[in-house]
Amino acid sequence: MKTWVTPGGVHPPENKHQSLTMPIATLPLPEKLLIPLSQHIGTPAVPCVEVGKKVLKGQKIAEANGPLSVPMHAPTSGIISAIEHRPIAHSSGMLAPCIEITSDGRDKWKKHDGFEDVENATPAALVKAIGEAGIAGMGGAGFPSAIKLSPGYQRPIHTLIVNATECEPYITADDSAIRERAAEIIEGIGILSHILGNPSNIMIGIEDNKPEAIAALEPHVVDTGISVVSFPTKYPSGGEKQLIYILTGKEIPSGDLPADIGMVCVNIGTTYAVKRAIVDGEPLISRVTTMTGDACGINRNYETLIGTSVSHMLANSEFNQDGCSRLVMGGPMMGFSLTSADVPIVKTTNCILAPSYEEIPEDDPAQPCIRCGMCAEACPVSLLPQQLFWYSQADDHERLEAHNLFDCIECGACSYVCPSNIPLVQHYRHSKGEIQKARAEKVRSDHARERFEFHQQRIEQAEKDKEAKRAARREAAEQAKAKAAASPDKSASTAGGGAADIIAAAQARAAAKKVSPEQQQAKFERSIAGAEMRLQMAEEKLADAGEGQTDEQNNILTAAVEGARQKLEQAKGRLAEHIKQHNGEQVD
Amino acid sequence: MIEAIAQQPILAALIALVGLGILFGALLGFAAEKFKVEGDPIVEQIDELLPQTQCGQCGFPGCRPYAESIASGDAINKCPPGGQATINSIANLLDVPAPELDAEHGEEADLRTVAYIREDECIGCTKCIQACPVDAILGAAKLMHTVIANECTGCDLCVEPCPVDCIDMLPVQETIKEWHWPAPPTTADLIASDRSPSAIGGPQL
Amino acid sequence: MAFKQISSPHAHASQNTAKVMQLVLWATIPGLIALTIHFGWGSLINVVLATVTAVIAEAFIIKLRGRPVAFYLKDYSAVLTAVLLGLALPPLAPWWVVVVGTLFSIVIAKQLYGGLGYNPFNPAMVGYVVLLISFPIQMTTWVTPLALLPDGISHPGLIESVQIVFGGLNPTDGVTGATPLDSFKYADGLLVDQIYAQNPLFSQATIAGVGWEWVNIGFLIGGLILLASRIFTWHGPVAMLAAIALMSILFWDGGSSDSPGSPLMHLFSGATMMGAFFIMTDPVSSAVSNRGRLIYGALIGVLVYIIRAWGTYPDAVAFAVLLANFAAPFIDNYTLPRTYGHTDRRRATEKEED
Repeated sequence: MKTWVTPGGVHPPENKHQSLTMPIATLPLPEKLLIPLSQHIGTPAVPCVEVGKKVLKGQKIAEANGPLSVPMHAPTSGIISAIEHRPIAHSSGMLAPCIEITSDGRDKWKKHDGFEDVENATPAALVKAIGEAGIAGMGGAGFPSAIKLSPGYQRPIHTLIVNATECEPYITADDSAIRERAAEIIEGIGILSHILGNPSNIMIGIEDNKPEAIAALEPHVVDTGISVVSFPTKYPSGGEKQLIYILTGKEIPSGDLPADIGMVCVNIGTTYAVKRAIVDGEPLISRVTTMTGDACGINRNYETLIGTSVSHMLANSEFNQDGCSRLVMGGPMMGFSLTSADVPIVKTTNCILAPSYEEIPEDDPAQPCIRCGMCAEACPVSLLPQQLFWYSQADDHERLEAHNLFDCIECGACSYVCPSNIPLVQHYRHSKGEIQKARAEKVRSDHARERFEFHQQRIEQAEKDKEAKRAARREAAEQAKAKAAASPDKSASTAGGGAADIIAAAQARAAAKKVSPEQQQAKFERSIAGAEMRLQMAEEKLADAGEGQTDEQNNILTAAVEGARQKLEQAKGRLAEHIKQHNGEQVD
Repeated sequence: MIEAIAQQPILAALIALVGLGILFGALLGFAAEKFKVEGDPIVEQIDELLPQTQCGQCGFPGCRPYAESIASGDAINKCPPGGQATINSIANLLDVPAPELDAEHGEEADLRTVAYIREDECIGCTKCIQACPVDAILGAAKLMHTVIANECTGCDLCVEPCPVDCIDMLPVQETIKEWHWPAPPTTADLIASDRSPSAIGGPQL
Repeated sequence: MAFKQISSPHAHASQNTAKVMQLVLWATIPGLIALTIHFGWGSLINVVLATVTAVIAEAFIIKLRGRPVAFYLKDYSAVLTAVLLGLALPPLAPWWVVVVGTLFSIVIAKQLYGGLGYNPFNPAMVGYVVLLISFPIQMTTWVTPLALLPDGISHPGLIESVQIVFGGLNPTDGVTGATPLDSFKYADGLLVDQIYAQNPLFSQATIAGVGWEWVNIGFLIGGLILLASRIFTWHGPVAMLAAIALMSILFWDGGSSDSPGSPLMHLFSGATMMGAFFIMTDPVSSAVSNRGRLIYGALIGVLVYIIRAWGTYPDAVAFAVLLANFAAPFIDNYTLPRTYGHTDRRRATEKEED
């Protein structure tokens, strides 16, 4: 079958054999499992259990929040032991809301049934079941599968592409899953095809470095209309856009989705999860994850429960921390470094890489860019990485966008080949973040401007209304005066006396309001005392909070302390100024 | 006539110069009319770039008045909430060198802040409500007030009027979604600090 | 357990800037050997002297700029600039010519612009042009190729060469002479065939000038090695050579007395090959995209030919490269590649897509 060739690309050492020597295994059941509420693109799920509640394996513990979200399920039976912020696998090392389950060791399933008659089930019902099973794209991005599979009537799907490329070095999760579960994968593809209205073209895209997997798939695709298409190995062929181009020669217009040109592309791991969800009624609670790297004595694939901590996995793989140069979730090209091993495996985790210093040494400091253009040669989307680098350093956001920064897929090919060791991808990520932040700020400032203008308008209106009322009153008073003039003798004396009374009263009020400098000083001193007390209280609160609190709460308390301290300073300043002023007056 | 002029070099030069002057003047005038750029008035463009906190730290009652003042020649470095980024973009717009932020008007804050009312201390005087330039404080006389955090621009104009000092400016915590990679450290810094490259660039837990 | 926070990719190819520079240095060796065989020790002395000067100057400036000296020296870029300048200068040029040229290259053309990666012009060529304009006599005095030396005279030995370079000793008569491009340019009123018949530089040559043809073949070999090891892409050199060939075919006119010379002479004489594979391939000052490099190379080729044929200088690689350096940002602006998913190429100055 004809395939197309993408521009650029690199050929890093594959290092896939290490983890393929043994079949997929299961890890001993961990004591605790930590399920982050956001393992997918979209809004985080909302917990539907309380701490202390007993759950069975496969039971739903968090509901999808809106359409762009997926529910979470208990990976094993046990007790919900915490719902709080915990470190998750994220480049920032920040905390995110998680549900912790303490296993009861019985691993007892809830009652579950699949569809009895898949062929006659409506696509809508199947999509709903896939959504309920919590399936999100398992290739890395984690896009909710149910959304991908319901592209809408305006976009009929003619091509279904199953991504078995697995172009990243080291990772063999898909490869080993295909070898052992080809029949189920093909069954899953059949279900997807049924949902999408039997697209005319169904292809499994796979690199030619996986002959065993191709051989495993081939007997199962006979007479199914599915074709297994292999193509030369090159990184990054497994990017969705790249794979679609390789298999069909078509490009997805920038900013569009594959569905816009009648295609759907799913990861092969997702098809297996779909089969489990539809045929067996099992939600997504485990996945195949590769454990590899020379810092581990055992390199192999595990069927891992979602929520298993990385350290549990390492502990069962003869991990040698001293020999480990970094800990990577994902592959060596696009994976992100973990700052701690106490983070859970999630639905998108296809690999844990623990390389030795020989395999992946520390990065050398960056040398100057000599514009050699190797990065441009390697770029799979034909950007000019070196230009982007210059503009990124200069924070020239307009130029960055003009050079299509947002079409960068962050594959890392440019940094891989850069002879000057420049961390190009990090520069791009930084700039993308800055631009997005600036955009958000723009939205916010536009909103603030609108509100400010409305506020101004309102004040003006109020002022006008007041003016109008005043004018009306004046008129009424004049009329009354005119009336009084008509009958002068009686009302004149009362009017005069009344006015004098009013003036006297006003003067008395003013005198009462005027405070002596001593009183003023006393007031300032009181406010200092008050501020001191508040500062003390805030500090105590912070001290009490101690370690039991999350960072966020701690930050709020720290900020409160800081605020109180500033207040105190201000109060002291005011007093000092007052004294100075007052003394000055005395000297005068 | 022409001969007479030709014999008077000074006169010839004068006529030529005046003639050229008139010709080019007419050309320029024509071009200015013909190719007139109907763009945003400059005030609008400057106002677009200002952060719209309406904080008044620049000495003007809001961002737009400051934009108007810049358009008529005021310094562009009086906006602490916008910071250097805003100064740079205004300088870019006006094609002038970008000065440093004028410290007289305040310092650039690292973190965005929003006002927070300690509600049990609030006496319901409505003074902060009147001070708020974007109507982000909710409440009524003798009733507790609260800040709509999403609408608050962090201008801190409400802090001063509060008679019981129950308003704090709290930094807005960065969420995991907002987090993005910091720029990599420069090589000179790396070697000077004699640390391994990977140790910088992020927290080492 | 704590680990470091590092941005992906974690894997890196083994290539690095120092290795690239070193490879380019090795690739100059065939050319240097040819120069030494045909023109004596002069070029080697130039190269060594320029290298020493360059390293000292570079270290000094980096120190002044408060940067880590060893780190920046280890990228070999100063050495490469010096070697290229040394190869371009006439053998047996006085030492101060070499030193002044090298200092200008490193200090002014490179470091004052911000060092490696920031120089808009090719430093070696800036140094060369400054020398050519400032010291025309020293810069146009070439050594006679070995094959054409008068009987009984040979090139000065190593020690004698050093004395000539540093001691101001005058070389023996007949050791210096004109280059083929020089002789060709100033042989007015003669048919090309007549020039070829009369001038031993051509009459005893195989393709394009005694000695010079071998020097060019030496640089061609070095260049092909670099091309094979993917140090640069073919676009620049091929465009430049093709442009020279095309121009010289167009204006060859069958060899009349007005003819600016044959394609072979233009391709294999003067600094053509060195220019095509070692000078214009300097990535820092050239255009960045492949299409851009095609245009950039062709521009250099055309300029080289125009200056050689109708300008006052017999050779023109340095001027052509510098002029093209000026044009590089402009070329870049109009040669952005088409990004995946975009319908059209976009010019860098356009903010929005059409």
